[in-house]
Amino acid sequence: MSEFHQAFWTIAVAAVCSVPCALLGCFLLLKRMSMLGDAIGHGVLPGIAVAFLLTGQITSVYILLGAMVFGLITAALAETLAATGVVTEDSSLGVVFTTLFALGVLLLSGLLRNVDLDINCVFMGLLVLVPNNTIDVLGFEIPQAFPTMLLALALTLVFLAVFWKELKIVAFDPALAQSMGFSPRLVNYLLIAIIAGTTVSAFEAVGLILVLAVLIVPAATAHLLTDRLGPMLAWAAFFAVSGSVLGYLLHNVGRYSLDVSGLIAVMLGVQFAVVLLLAPRHGLIAKWWRHLQLSVRIAQEDILARLYRAEESGERTYALPLSEHGVSPWLVWFAHRQLVRLGLLTGGPDGLPTLTESGRRLAQYVVRSHRLWESYAGAVLEIPPDHVHSAAALVEHYIGPELQDEIAQSLDQPPTDPHGKSIPPR
Amino acid sequence: MNSLQTPTAIAESATKHATKVPILDVHDVTVAYQRKPVLWHVDLTLTEPTLLGIIGPNGAGKSTLIKAILGLVPLVSGSVHMFGQPVSQERRRVGYVPQRESVDWDFPVSVLDVVLMGTYGHLGWFRRPGAAEKAWARQCLDMVGLGELESRQIGQLSGGQQQRTFLARALAQQADIYLMDEPFAGVDAATERAIFALLVKLREQGKTVLVVHHDLRTVASYFDRVALLNVRLVAAGPTRQAFTEDNLRKTYGGRLAVLDTLSQAVEAQERTR
Amino acid sequence: MDFLPYNTRVVLLGVTLLGACAGVIGCFAVLRRRALVGDALSHSTLPGVAAAFLLAGGKHFSLMLLGAFVSGLLAIGALALLRRWTRIKEDAGIAIVLSTFFGAGVVLASVIQQSQESGQSGWDAFIFGKSAGIVWDDVQLIAILVAVTLVIVALCYKEFLLITFDPEFAKVQGWPARQLDFALMLLLLVAVVVGLPAVGVLLMAAMLIIPAAAARLWTQRLAAMLFLSAGIGVLAGVVGTFLSDRASVPLGPSIIFVAAFLFAFSLLLAPRRGLIARWIARRRDREALLAHGGELPP
Repeated sequence: MSEFHQAFWTIAVAAVCSVPCALLGCFLLLKRMSMLGDAIGHGVLPGIAVAFLLTGQITSVYILLGAMVFGLITAALAETLAATGVVTEDSSLGVVFTTLFALGVLLLSGLLRNVDLDINCVFMGLLVLVPNNTIDVLGFEIPQAFPTMLLALALTLVFLAVFWKELKIVAFDPALAQSMGFSPRLVNYLLIAIIAGTTVSAFEAVGLILVLAVLIVPAATAHLLTDRLGPMLAWAAFFAVSGSVLGYLLHNVGRYSLDVSGLIAVMLGVQFAVVLLLAPRHGLIAKWWRHLQLSVRIAQEDILARLYRAEESGERTYALPLSEHGVSPWLVWFAHRQLVRLGLLTGGPDGLPTLTESGRRLAQYVVRSHRLWESYAGAVLEIPPDHVHSAAALVEHYIGPELQDEIAQSLDQPPTDPHGKSIPPR
Repeated sequence: MNSLQTPTAIAESATKHATKVPILDVHDVTVAYQRKPVLWHVDLTLTEPTLLGIIGPNGAGKSTLIKAILGLVPLVSGSVHMFGQPVSQERRRVGYVPQRESVDWDFPVSVLDVVLMGTYGHLGWFRRPGAAEKAWARQCLDMVGLGELESRQIGQLSGGQQQRTFLARALAQQADIYLMDEPFAGVDAATERAIFALLVKLREQGKTVLVVHHDLRTVASYFDRVALLNVRLVAAGPTRQAFTEDNLRKTYGGRLAVLDTLSQAVEAQERTR
Repeated sequence: MDFLPYNTRVVLLGVTLLGACAGVIGCFAVLRRRALVGDALSHSTLPGVAAAFLLAGGKHFSLMLLGAFVSGLLAIGALALLRRWTRIKEDAGIAIVLSTFFGAGVVLASVIQQSQESGQSGWDAFIFGKSAGIVWDDVQLIAILVAVTLVIVALCYKEFLLITFDPEFAKVQGWPARQLDFALMLLLLVAVVVGLPAVGVLLMAAMLIIPAAAARLWTQRLAAMLFLSAGIGVLAGVVGTFLSDRASVPLGPSIIFVAAFLFAFSLLLAPRRGLIARWIARRRDREALLAHGGELPP
């Protein structure tokens, strides 16, 4: 097989293995059962060992069956144990899957004594062997693993299509599912069975341990970008594929050939970190940016309101008015600059900041909110006048026009606030 | 171990304090719970030892108020002072009875173990509770009527017994202010009366007790003062003055639309943080 | 113990220390519902161990332990970051950190495999646990770490008890809740790290969870649970060592297997909380109810 073909098929196999896992993992993530994915990934090992013992092959239908059986056993045992009431849920999971895993290692190490198969391969995946075992399909050389993987992917898609409605409801509202007449438990077990099956196909690519990576990380990354199930599945599949591609492309470093499955897991994690930073709504940078914008807006409004009050009382401010909340001088300076740029403030004849027409209107709006709130707090909430000001200073920035009208109406359009200052008109 | 002063001496010193510095000063406190404002402008001052009932509908912010006073949730604005100091500096003088749901009752500790936790504050780092602490803990258990159950694992208690264990723990703290969050949930009427007798005795000893209470029928007979809460303080004062039909209507008559809209507006913006 | 070869004695000491440490710290983890965080931590130590191995150009025990510790610290930091700054839930966070760190470890492992000619001496041990990997010098270091850990637990017993049972009340009393919590996490990490040579990265979580869960079945007092858990851990270690020796199977899985057996034993036979005891009690209640002319619930 040419080098290009090798690369292509390795990536193809990795992608086809990881996509079904990523899709199913979305449900695990939403149901807060992420570690169940880890448990199943570990718990299937005895099944694989037994099947291997019986058939002598590392990929076969019996391996798949053995895995599914033990996947179900893992989940069932953990649930039964937790149901006794004397072991907590997470401990039950921990006890069951570590024991099964140890059993699996014992069986395999016993078996593999006579077999030339590095035990690490079972855990780290067999991607490196993929290009070597090929079969002939329509004149093309295709890795033996590929058709099986494709079948697994197809089955997963069929499963999702058939049970879409049920899965969606069970993921978001199990109580509703019960009242609608289908058993969340049955759907759960079906889900687990399918996960156990796809786990084994993923084991081909990324090894047993890294199955968790493919199950959860693309799903978590997708969850940062959307709240809806459909798009989340699409994104998860995308990240699974891109992770596989990146992992493979980067695996030749200098004279080392890095383990592809490990690299895929790392790339999935890197993708997650990048999206965490950059996601438009939930990303950290976006959050920080919005917070900054909010702080600037608040500082701007504070400056305008301060100047308005100064105008009212006829004093001239000789220094850049600082916000009452003790914000950083840089922020104040920046807010001031923006105000000038927006035409809300000017330098004034004697170099002191003055409100422009539009600036005054905005200031008026803010001060109106402030004093309306003080009146409201005084009248409806019955808060003493000397306590009202600090909260009003906070709240004034969040009162939109409708809310302002609502408050004014409920107070019958008061002319003055509790301190006697007149409330500016709209 | 501090020995208790005589009740008269404590009451005297408490009265002395009362004229100087308020026991509890909640000043214009606004609290946001997970970024959404849930309590607005709560203002409460207590100048003498009292039994205060905090009442209001579900979701009114009663537990939040307790937690805000204790510093367990951050304040958006305002301040809380006890005896003139910020709460963080007066921790020795504060006792707390949380809601029953706040712990895992399957935890392998006995009733006595839990009550002993009340003495930890006085012990300081590394020291283990000794015979004196155990004797005091047993006394506290007797005060709430759980004396015979001291070796039982807490999961084997009834709901009312669990609540009383928390109460005994708070007593063991030997505090000057007690904050109790629904201490009578699940307690039968007879036990409830007995516990209230205990709280009255505390007040006589010069302590101040704030209780989140759920049963309107017993408010008038139990508490000197009430605070009616519905996202904001509707009224607070001596029971006879504040516990009126008018105020009750305002408290239980539904939420203020303006506050809800404002809460949502703040939450929408604050979600950026 | 003269009938035992020297190597076995060293291994026995190593697993005894591991069993005691993991047993004690595991109790706090299990009671705090942090059982699976231990799993995440143990998987996350792999890149650190591999990096140390590469830097040292071979097996260097204390450096590898240090690498494991640093790696674990980064994982703890990542978990805290995810919890504080994102809406990612706790279980997902554990899964993400676990798999990413472990993946990095596997990548570094492949580098090791290609840079060493003959059987990466001492490397395999950290993944599955091998008795051949434990020598006297190593055990001395483990002994010091375990001793320090147990002393800290003994000193801060009531503080740890309080923070595990009722963190809110701890805060009210003025205890530094966040720092105490972090201290427990650090001790958990130490427990993980000292167990790696014997049990390996993949199975270490079992040593934190199984003895503690088993001990919980026997007693209603925390102090007793700590001792019992340590005892079960030590017993599993010792018997597992002999088993591994006789049956020529890897050390890690043997120990876990024995621990699981002890757990099953406890689950069945513990008085009061054990399954058989509960079944008997239920039978007795039914008979008493029937004898008094009562009716059975549907």
